[in-house]
Amino acid sequence: MATTTAVPPAPPRRVNRIGLEQAAYKGNKSTLCAGCGHNAISERIIEAFYEMGVEPHRVIKLSGIGCSSKSPAYFMRTSHGFNAVHGRMPSVATGAMLANRHLIAIGVSGDGDTASIGIGQFVHLMRRNLPIIYIIEDNGCYGLTKGQFSATADIGSVLKTGVVNDLPPIDTCALAIQLGATYVARSFSGDKRQLLALLEGAIAHRGTAMLDVISPCVTFNDHEGSTKSYSYVKDHDEPLGDLSFVPFFEDITVDYDPGTTKEITLHDGSRLLLKKLGEDYDPTNKVEALRVLTESHERGEVVTGLFYVNTQRPDFLQLMNLVDEPLATLPESRVRPPQAALDEVMESLR
Amino acid sequence: MGVTEVTLSEVENQAAPHRVVNDLSIQVATVNGSGSQSSNLVLLRAIFQMGIPVSGKNLFPSNIAGLPTWFTIRASKDGWIARRKEIDFLVAMNPETVEEDVQTLAPQTPVVYDEKLDVGRFRNDLVLYPVPFDQLVAPVCPDAKLRKLVRNMIYVGVVAKLLGIDMAEVEKALRKQFQKKVKAADLNFKAVVAGYDFADQHLPKADRFWLERMNATQGKILIEGNAAAALGCMFAGVTVVSWYPITPSSSLAETLISYMKRYRIDPETKKATFAIVQAEDELAALGMVIGAGWAGARAMTSTAGPGISLMAEFVGLGYYAEVPAVIFDIQRVGPSTGLPTRTSQGDILSTAVLSHGDTKHPLLFPSSVGECYSMAMDAFDLAEELQTPVFVMSDLDLGMNYWMSDPFPYPTRPLRRGKVLTAEDLKQRGGFLRYADVDGDGIGYRTLPGTNHPAAGYFARGSGHDERAIYSEKPDVYVRNMDRLARKWETARRLVPGPVIEGGAGGGIGILACGTSHWAVIESLDQLKREYGVEAGYCRVRAYPFNDQVADFIRRHVSTYVVEQNRDGQLCSLLKLELDPEDTARLRTVRHYNGLPIDARSVTDSIAQQEGWN
Ligand SMILES: Cc1ncc(C[n+]2csc(CCOP(=O)(O)OP(=O)(O)O)c2C)c(N)n1
Ligand code: SF4
Repeated sequence: MATTTAVPPAPPRRVNRIGLEQAAYKGNKSTLCAGCGHNAISERIIEAFYEMGVEPHRVIKLSGIGCSSKSPAYFMRTSHGFNAVHGRMPSVATGAMLANRHLIAIGVSGDGDTASIGIGQFVHLMRRNLPIIYIIEDNGCYGLTKGQFSATADIGSVLKTGVVNDLPPIDTCALAIQLGATYVARSFSGDKRQLLALLEGAIAHRGTAMLDVISPCVTFNDHEGSTKSYSYVKDHDEPLGDLSFVPFFEDITVDYDPGTTKEITLHDGSRLLLKKLGEDYDPTNKVEALRVLTESHERGEVVTGLFYVNTQRPDFLQLMNLVDEPLATLPESRVRPPQAALDEVMESLR
Repeated sequence: MGVTEVTLSEVENQAAPHRVVNDLSIQVATVNGSGSQSSNLVLLRAIFQMGIPVSGKNLFPSNIAGLPTWFTIRASKDGWIARRKEIDFLVAMNPETVEEDVQTLAPQTPVVYDEKLDVGRFRNDLVLYPVPFDQLVAPVCPDAKLRKLVRNMIYVGVVAKLLGIDMAEVEKALRKQFQKKVKAADLNFKAVVAGYDFADQHLPKADRFWLERMNATQGKILIEGNAAAALGCMFAGVTVVSWYPITPSSSLAETLISYMKRYRIDPETKKATFAIVQAEDELAALGMVIGAGWAGARAMTSTAGPGISLMAEFVGLGYYAEVPAVIFDIQRVGPSTGLPTRTSQGDILSTAVLSHGDTKHPLLFPSSVGECYSMAMDAFDLAEELQTPVFVMSDLDLGMNYWMSDPFPYPTRPLRRGKVLTAEDLKQRGGFLRYADVDGDGIGYRTLPGTNHPAAGYFARGSGHDERAIYSEKPDVYVRNMDRLARKWETARRLVPGPVIEGGAGGGIGILACGTSHWAVIESLDQLKREYGVEAGYCRVRAYPFNDQVADFIRRHVSTYVVEQNRDGQLCSLLKLELDPEDTARLRTVRHYNGLPIDARSVTDSIAQQEGWN
């Protein structure tokens, strides 16, 4: 019999509810510039999926082309990923979700990828309300092609080269709300708490969750005159409300004053608690959301937070009336009709 | 003896012109949107039901109503179903085109026409059958609003009487056409009878054409190529379809929708075993197909030239990231919008190498509705086995016209889903390298998203990648990958359907063609034999890449005529890209590109001219 030696107790491993450590949600080492906002977003994505205990094998990561679109390689290494073509990730995501409705899709795009070349597919993705978390890593410029303006650049903002943008920006949040997305928010890559809560809410949501995350490009668009720089956003950020997220599986009591809190129950039973600052804000009211966005533009403010959520609208896959199993792996017996079907068709053609 | 013959034919000429039985082409010139399509299909079907081999070609405008349209019905006891250039029997209903329509007719050609068109103004050497359409339709159809639609049924009756089409078959065809709309069928049949009775009383037979019952269509079906392709897709087990409307491909997706709704709804749960999406454009259509194919679904789209051009970027992604996809190209006339409602084989070359960089894609060339059905199934198997986009190159003539065929056989071959590793496989293997050539055929193993194993995930991308699918710009890694893809192309060469070769003795001339050119070619082979005593060999290629048999065929013949329906000899160019220059020096071309389906006479005359026979 072996002698028992006292083994020093291992330091408690911190794991999530499915027993995975946060390291299991990490990706390859980032090749983006140090300080790039996109890296901070990847970190929040890692935390959010870890905290929510999502099984990595159920996740698909999709993107278009751009610095931002590279980032799916930098989180959740073991999940399947697809780096598609510039601006056309929404269609690839749609096809993948039709093939396997049990997947959890996260799409990462840039403001160039979404608001210019990809605006057509973006519009139709929102309209379909496909279940996906769609993140725009918004730096107001094209990083990968070295700093040209994108269509989300604010009017009057200035490039490093001195070029002034004289066209109005496309507000992707306003568009998404109008078109039918059911979870629409704006955040800032530097706001850890808010972004994490929004991402966790997005994971719990069923439908298109569109997050426009301002994410400064330190190399090309982080100077005076840029409205997507760290300093500008810090100075002009106007959070809609203080956001807390309560996952359904940790039904902890949160310390809040019901009189000033709006509570939203998401599809999986999780709750989003929006602590109101100032005026009454109701994120289930489309018109109100659009009003807030329009007014903030006029005031030159960057309003962040959850603008709109709708837990009632059916998502695209529900509308398709699909069988429960993934279409991709249905056996031959279920996808090839019997001989009698062919005979019937042939008879009708005689 | 000679004298006797002369006398005999003189006697025939006096009594009645010598009878031509079951060998004619009827052209109906109408205005689109006037319900003439129903009348023409009733005629077509009635002739088919009489057992006479028949084909119908609709020459329609890119317009919804009011422009000229022609429908040609060819009946041929010998079974020739290609378009025939000559018109033997005209039904002239369109005042806008009547002068042009009668101008090209041979003397003594019979013309049935609306009496108001006064065809005698233009020609006095035709057999004229004037019909007072307005007078005849009024009593049949008291509702003036409906008359416009019923009016064209009158010529069905007139033609039936003049050519001897059995009225029982006409009625059967008409009732089939209107299916459950019994009232509409009754009304339309009254119009047919009115035409028949008028011809019986007022139009003594003065032409030589007759249709008589024979037994050559028994058991056969009549179907459009697009419907046949749709059936093929359904029996291939397609699960995700994404498409954007475009003539002449829309009817493929639309027919597929109706078949799938009938046969692919789970009987227990009443839920669909498929998803069909009308996309926002062709970029998205193929994007969805690529996404679905990557996630493991059998996915397809159908389109035509303009859509193919838009899909170019995604096709390159599919090639390089190695994602299965099936794309139907129902070719129409380009360039650009071109002639949207006319047929062509003008996308062959651009599709073969669609997208930037070094890319090549398998193409399948169906020439019959039977092959639209079988090649749809081949295409899905090939796409999944080869993990690449596969194109089915149909055309408007095949896709949108009705063709006779033997009934389609039920597929006996199980679905071939290619190299897909499950979680269980991964457990045994420990892991996998997505783009490694394990088997020496250039095809790697893939996993599907959702596979529950920590080693299952990989990152599909259109950027440079190594065997593990990790981003790489290294020159040697790039070259190794591209060389593997070239090896995969050689595997494709073995897997795609080979050519069909007839009369392989060699020497002399050969004809090489693909797709719908087939029907003109086989008739031309007969003409070459009868008119010039030449027995030409025939190689019908059914797929790209070409295999060795194609090169052998070319080598065996002094010269090979590549017959195709485009201006630039695209199939010929593709042969030149793939084959030895010494062999391809023997290639000549017969090119037909006016938007009408190719006919045998054009092929025969072109070959005779190039050979210096006339
Ligand atoms: C069809 C096509 N056109 C142009 C490009 C070049 N391109 C690569 S990334 C990019 C812009 C990326 O900008 P954005 O989406 O804002 O991402 P960021 O790099 O700023 O994160 C462009 C124009 C391309 N890859 N494909
Ligand atoms: S160029 Fe800009 S967007 Fe691209 S990685 Fe660097 S900081 Fe980020």
